Amino acid sequence: MMVSNQFKTTLLIGLTMPMSLFILGVYNGVMQTLYRSGVLHQHATAGINYYQGLTMHGVINAIVLTTFFAVVFGHYTITNYLKKEPSKWSYMLSMILMVIGSAIDLVVMVLGKASALYTFYAPLQASALFYIGTAMLIIGSWIAFAGWVKIWFEWKKENPSLHMPIAILGTFVNFTMWFMASIPVIYELLVLLTPWALGLTNQVNVPMTRTLFWMFGHPLVYFWILPAYVGYYTMLPKIAGGKLYSGNAARLALLLFLILSTPVGVHHQFSEGGIAPSIKLWVSILTFGVSIPSFMTAFTVGASLEYAGRKRGAKGLFQWMSRLPWLRADNYLFGYFICGLILFIFGGLSGIVNGSYTLNQLVHNTGWVPGHFHMTVAGPSILFILGLTLFMYQHLSGKPMTSKFTVTIIPYLWTVGVSLLSHGLMAGGLMGEPRRTNMGLTYTNPESPLYNSHWVPSSTVTMVGGLIMGTAALLYFISFFKMLCNKAVELPTISMPESEELHNEREIPLLLNMKPWIILAVILIGSTYIPSFKNVFKYGKPVESKYHMDNPSNLIDNEK
Amino acid sequence: MVDKYELRAIISSGVLLSLFFFAVLYNSYSRKIDMPTCVPFEKTFEKSAVKKIDDGLYEIYLVAHMWTFDPEEIEIPAGSTVDFYLTSKDIVHGFHINEEGVNMMAVPGTINKITTKFEEEGTYRFVCNEFCGTGHQNMMGKIIVK
Ligand SMILES: [Cu+2]
Repeated sequence: MMVSNQFKTTLLIGLTMPMSLFILGVYNGVMQTLYRSGVLHQHATAGINYYQGLTMHGVINAIVLTTFFAVVFGHYTITNYLKKEPSKWSYMLSMILMVIGSAIDLVVMVLGKASALYTFYAPLQASALFYIGTAMLIIGSWIAFAGWVKIWFEWKKENPSLHMPIAILGTFVNFTMWFMASIPVIYELLVLLTPWALGLTNQVNVPMTRTLFWMFGHPLVYFWILPAYVGYYTMLPKIAGGKLYSGNAARLALLLFLILSTPVGVHHQFSEGGIAPSIKLWVSILTFGVSIPSFMTAFTVGASLEYAGRKRGAKGLFQWMSRLPWLRADNYLFGYFICGLILFIFGGLSGIVNGSYTLNQLVHNTGWVPGHFHMTVAGPSILFILGLTLFMYQHLSGKPMTSKFTVTIIPYLWTVGVSLLSHGLMAGGLMGEPRRTNMGLTYTNPESPLYNSHWVPSSTVTMVGGLIMGTAALLYFISFFKMLCNKAVELPTISMPESEELHNEREIPLLLNMKPWIILAVILIGSTYIPSFKNVFKYGKPVESKYHMDNPSNLIDNEK
Repeated sequence: MVDKYELRAIISSGVLLSLFFFAVLYNSYSRKIDMPTCVPFEKTFEKSAVKKIDDGLYEIYLVAHMWTFDPEEIEIPAGSTVDFYLTSKDIVHGFHINEEGVNMMAVPGTINKITTKFEEEGTYRFVCNEFCGTGHQNMMGKIIVK
């Protein structure tokens, strides 16, 4: 459908702003692999030190890019399916807040005033501006959601007999979960950390801020992935030339994410004191539960792909795989989808290890963890973002995409890179390689007394993977920004591939109503977090300190 | 209803997950590989100490701060069982002995406890695996088991 000029401009800003920042995010990612493998033995390169670069890499890629994308993809999907534009106030205000918030974050990170990593754990202190900027970005995304809810109720009034399309259910599940999960982090950012960073308060209960952070930090992972899930259910079957195997299974999987995503955040705190083992066991069970919707997705999407292959005449058990539209320039999106799915198989399996009660001890905070989440985030999430930003930009701007061959091979090249990078990190992690460490200065530096030769081969594989990913990203940036420079030849529109369902399934009322699921989600969050907070106050004491990343002495003591 | 193949897929996923989960539980209860324990915060643990309780049993109070462990080098006889009590004086740190599967976080204002047994002689290095500022990559210590 056609779109208004303002809406189009807002969405194009929402695509170009994070993509420009992503250049910096990718650069710092590649640099980290060079430091860790021991190619570089220094604190900083080009004025950006290792931990500052790590902060930029995490904040830009994992918070800024993914939030912008979820909002723009949500606008695009909702408008496509409801044939209505959200209200102007909602998309404008949301985009203004998000752009200003991430610009503030960028400036303080570049100035080195916020090198607290993307987890910004207290009492390691960042500038108050960083906390405010991040809060603006998150609140901006809420406002976009409010606009969608409004037009949804209008649409429902006009079409009382129609059900919520799966794509919209997916977006609503994602943002409902996101809203519930980001209230605690907004509280942490604005009520606890900002006044503390400004010097208005002295005390901070560290385990409590950590628990508040992970209430948001883990659901954030699902917030990255759910847009890709929406794509797997509602676009991929169509692109592959088939139909969605089961619509009810798709709805059930999405709704399971709604109830299980938020309460599992405590599994990031398995190896800290302050939370009793009984709570950790309960969270471990819930974390296993959340892999059920992932398994369901694998089977439903797998069945849809098999159907597509058989429709093209495939015989036997496995021939359908070769009949899928691999490497076709006229259907480049398929590569981004399928590569993401393949990586996600390994991402999901390694995630089960992290969530497994005591097994977590073996890998906690080692290279295994980034090895795992690069297969999920840099797998389905980023590949989906890369493919869809090209696709949406092309349609919204009416500009032709000229680098057809390049954009077709990018996902395959990227996947080779991620596989090596993640393999290196996971193997290193099993040998004790710590994450978030400038190993080039010490552990992989033969001149250092801390040198550890075991960690050199694994971090070298990581580096090779990082360089390949960097090359794929470079090709992507060239293609994307080349398209930006083209002249518009078509009218701007919003349109996307829409999959049909294979079977005519019986309606299940429970799968058509979000309310009971939201209530269940709140109950599960309470069942995990009420005892967790009780524990945090029972076993933890607030500390009267604030520290800066390169100052080992207490800042308050210095002032006295 | 959900398609019958879907249903089978859901059930087999559930069975597989339960199997994984019981394998983990079996190991943690029968072989005593467990999570760190919660100990209410007390100032005494903020002083580092290596205490010999009796033959073969040690208590070690480890204090992490920017950017060293205190004590940094510990000597114990082979076959000793060690209770580690860990806390931090300033910001969040990590403590990881890879060979022993000991992996804890030092969170200021809390005490973390874990027990492990050093059967074999040798040098066990422990590293800080939680970012704690610009000197983080230097933060390491060792346990010499004789
Ligand atoms: Cu450290």
